[in-house]
Order: sequence, then structure tokens, then C-alpha cells
Amino acid sequence: MKALELKDVRFKYRGSDNWALDSVSLVVEKGEFITVLGCNGSGKSTICLLANGLVPHAIQGDFEGSVEIFEKPVMGRTVAEIATKVGIVFQEPESQLFCMSVEEEVAFGPENLAVPRHEIRERVEWALELVGMKGYNDRSPFSLSGGQKQRVAIAASLSMHPDMLVLDEPAYALDPIGRHDLYSVLRELKGKHGMTVILAERDAEEAAAFSDRIVIMNKGKVVDVGPPRDTLRNPDKLKRMGIQPPQLSEVASLLNARLSTSKYSFLTVDEAESTITREIIGRGGVVRK
Amino acid sequence: MIPAPSPGQGDDKIISVRNLRFTYEGGVVAITDLSIDIRKGDYVALVGGNGSGKTTFAKNLNGLLRPSSGIVTIRGRDAARTAVPELAKIVGYAFQNPDYQLFCATVEEEVRFGPLNLGYSEDDIRRKVERALDAMNLQHLRDKPPLSLRLGERRRVSIASVIAMDPDIFILDEPTTGLDTEESDMLMQKLQNLNVEGKTIILITHDMRLVSEHAKRVVVMSVGRIILDSDPRGAFSDLEILRRSNLEPPAVTKLAHALKDKGIPADVISPQELVFHLLRGGESR
Repeated sequence: MKALELKDVRFKYRGSDNWALDSVSLVVEKGEFITVLGCNGSGKSTICLLANGLVPHAIQGDFEGSVEIFEKPVMGRTVAEIATKVGIVFQEPESQLFCMSVEEEVAFGPENLAVPRHEIRERVEWALELVGMKGYNDRSPFSLSGGQKQRVAIAASLSMHPDMLVLDEPAYALDPIGRHDLYSVLRELKGKHGMTVILAERDAEEAAAFSDRIVIMNKGKVVDVGPPRDTLRNPDKLKRMGIQPPQLSEVASLLNARLSTSKYSFLTVDEAESTITREIIGRGGVVRK
Repeated sequence: MIPAPSPGQGDDKIISVRNLRFTYEGGVVAITDLSIDIRKGDYVALVGGNGSGKTTFAKNLNGLLRPSSGIVTIRGRDAARTAVPELAKIVGYAFQNPDYQLFCATVEEEVRFGPLNLGYSEDDIRRKVERALDAMNLQHLRDKPPLSLRLGERRRVSIASVIAMDPDIFILDEPTTGLDTEESDMLMQKLQNLNVEGKTIILITHDMRLVSEHAKRVVVMSVGRIILDSDPRGAFSDLEILRRSNLEPPAVTKLAHALKDKGIPADVISPQELVFHLLRGGESR
């Protein structure tokens, strides 16, 4: 089943002279983890807003093309209805937290869907456990660290039992460990729950390891789509589009150039370590101390 | 304990902090006990996780916050006894969110505001403004309203308005957050230029890659104190300390650590360096 299908979509925000998206076609299958990579103004946030109907329903502008969410056109549906299928998490967790306690925050969505009380309680516990925030029920969201707030925002989306989760640079305001913990949650959502995820990022260092496909955007257009190993293999090309390439891609690309091969590509430190140990150090590549 | 420096002593210490403690109203202790000396012309990366106290520390240097106890000496003067406008001539501070400090109708007015309020003559002001606009590559935007600019440009305006006051010390709080690689590289290059001119730079960040590429000295903070003070290589070779302060080394440093017992130095900070070490043996055969 297709979770999202964009066909020749163009969108221009009201008051802007440029197309934020220009002739974009993209299919995301149910259960896929997709990372949309691009710099500021590349169109990645607009993809997120299309994936839950906020564009074109709530955010005005010139819209062309067609969008289907779970194989139904967005036209003629409401944002409220789409929200039961698609959860969205923004850059700044403060922008979407407003309740007095973590529990109220996570219960807010299902309460508004008139889910029975006992089921709401189950969903809250399930969602908090999933994001590693079990036991924080009575805490004020505003007393939490940035990383914890963002995980509560994700739990608040998950308690609606969405079929797809969309995250727009969720690690933006987080310190490196907050970022690391957030990515562990995303990895688990994919691994254990088979959730369809669309993640917009400017940096693919972590997402490279577990994204099914990476969509590279530049100036409103999709310039490349494919598995991380293919889309991240040319660091110079990424740099030219204002995207910081993963350091491991840079290591692989330098090795390829120096050894006149194209066989190296590393998505994780572990993978790089074992390949390098076997194929380079094992052949006397390094001067031993 | 390090003895308190006597003011006006003939060394190049521009900042000297002794046993600084800072408690916010309501009792949250943000700085427990902090002592440090910073020399003129240094480039210090002040790193630590969210809530480690780095911004609180920085605000104690420019008088936005006053120490609960301890002594902050800036260019030989006790900061607690120096008026904020006087300190502003020595310590410039660019906020993390540039929009907190932008309020004028044009970029030029914004940049003029500082020196105007410090009471310089019109000639001086004009010269300082031109220099600041040049330094941050803003001449072509001088008549634009600052809030209509892109984030990277707004950051440059906020830093230009600091440059216009011609301080000796620049404190920049997360200046590259939200910037693209290109904008970030340009900004960092401009900061490098200021440092080459002899300005002291204090860069607050948790971007370890930025630290490895630019800083001369890394000060790691965790729960209100300094837990490591070293050159960037030293900081990156101690994974345990970084983790304790909610930081992560760059991926290439993690890889070098994983290959440590195969003869790769653990303080590698760039992909080029790692590949150099990997292929060194092969080349010489």
C-alpha cells in the first residue's frame, strides 16, 4: 500500500515568488522509513506539510498536482481527518506542547478522538514507554530537557495511533545526546513497529544507518532518490547542494579515490571498522606502533 | 586553589574567573564553582549539553548576569563593579536567537545602534559601522529591514552590531544553529578573521565538528562546572568525558577510537586525516 503519493506537485507559499516545490513526484510505501535531505529552502519542510494535508488545506498558496495519503486524495478531506492517520512533529517541541502534565499532553489527541477512557490510559502508557519516558506522567512538560520534550511530542503523536509519522528536523534544538536518544526512538519505531516514517533532515549522519531510502532535495526539486548507500556516496555533490555529507561517506569516498576503486561505502562506524580492519589494515595498510 | 590575580598585572590574561558561583532566582544553581583564565587572542570553544551552564557562564562575563559569589575580572577590572555599557565596549555578545537583538528599521541602523549608545563621535560611528558591514559582508543589505532577511543573514547582522562596538572579546552563542553548510562555513571564516586580527573568541556550541575545525582550546562544561580544558585533540581523545557532558564525538573520531589497537591515533578529527593514517603503510611499501 502507498502511504503517500505525490504526482507533479508544485506549491508556492502566498507572498513568495518562488516555487517551494517544483514538479515533485514521490511514492512512499507503507512501512518505509524515508529521510528527506536538503538545505534551508530546499522544500523538505513543504513535503512534511503535504504529507499530513496542512499544505494545501491550512497553509495557503498556489497548488498544482495531486497528493494521495493512504491511497485517498487529500482534496475533499479535512486536516482533522488526516490527523488521525498522520502524526507530525516539528523542530521546536515547545511549539506543540501546552498541557500541565506529560500525561495530559499525550492523552490530548485520543481524548479529542473520543477514545474510551481505559483505552486512552493504555495508549498513554504504551506511547510513553516507546519513547523512553515511562514514569514521567505527572511531570510538567516545561520542566523537561529539550530531548525529553521532543520525545513527549512524539508520544503525543503516537497516542493517536497514526499509520505514518512525519518529523521535520526533530533534533534541531537538541544536544548530541538528546539527538542520539531521539534517533534510538525512531530506529525502534521502524524496527519493532514497522511505522511509516518521513524524516526531514539537513544531516544524514545518523539516519543513513536505518533509512530505507533517502530523498535528496535541492531548490524545490527531488534530485535523487534511493538507498543511503547510493544517494550518499558522492560527498562533493552533497556539499554543492549545501548538505553536510556524513563523515563516513567522506572516508569511503577518499578511500575509493586513493585506491582507485568504488567498492567502499560505510553507513555505520561498526561497518567501517570491520571492513577497514579486514581489507585495509589486514593487508598492511597501517604502520604499526 | 589558584591565587586571585591582581588587577593590572602585566600579562595577556584578558579574562580571569575565580570560584564563580551563580544561582538563579528560585534557587537553581547554574554554576557551582568555576575558575578559568583566558588569554588575549585565544579561540575557546565552550561546549556542553543543554543545561550545562555555558550560556549562564557567558552572561556572567558581560554583566548581563552578576556572580552570586566569586570574581570575574575582565581586562584587569572587576566585572561586578563595572557598568554594563563599559563592559559592552570590551565584551560583545551575540545571542543564539538573532531576533532577540534585532529591532531597527534597517541593517545600517541596527549596526549603528551600539556605537551610538556608547557615545562615540559621528566620524567614529561611521567608520565602525562601515567596518562592521564589510566584516560580515552586509554592504548590499544595509538598507533592508533586518527581520526580512534569511536566518544566516540575520545572524551576520547581529554579529556586525557587536563588531561595531569594537570589543576585544566576542562571545557567540550557537552562531551556526539552523544554518546551511555554506552559510555556516562563511560565518566561521569571518570569525576566524576576527581571531587573526587579535580578537578573543568564545564560541558556545555543541557541534563537535565545528570545534574540531576552528577552536584552539576546548572547555567542556557539565552541571555547572568545567570538567575538561584542553586543545581540541585532547578533548576528542576522551570519549568518556564527552559522553558525561552529553556530547558526541564526530563519527570519524569514533571510528578512529574503534581502530585504536590497530595503530590509528585516537585523536583523529577529520576524514582526510583518518585516510592518511590508514594508507600511510600502504604508500611506503
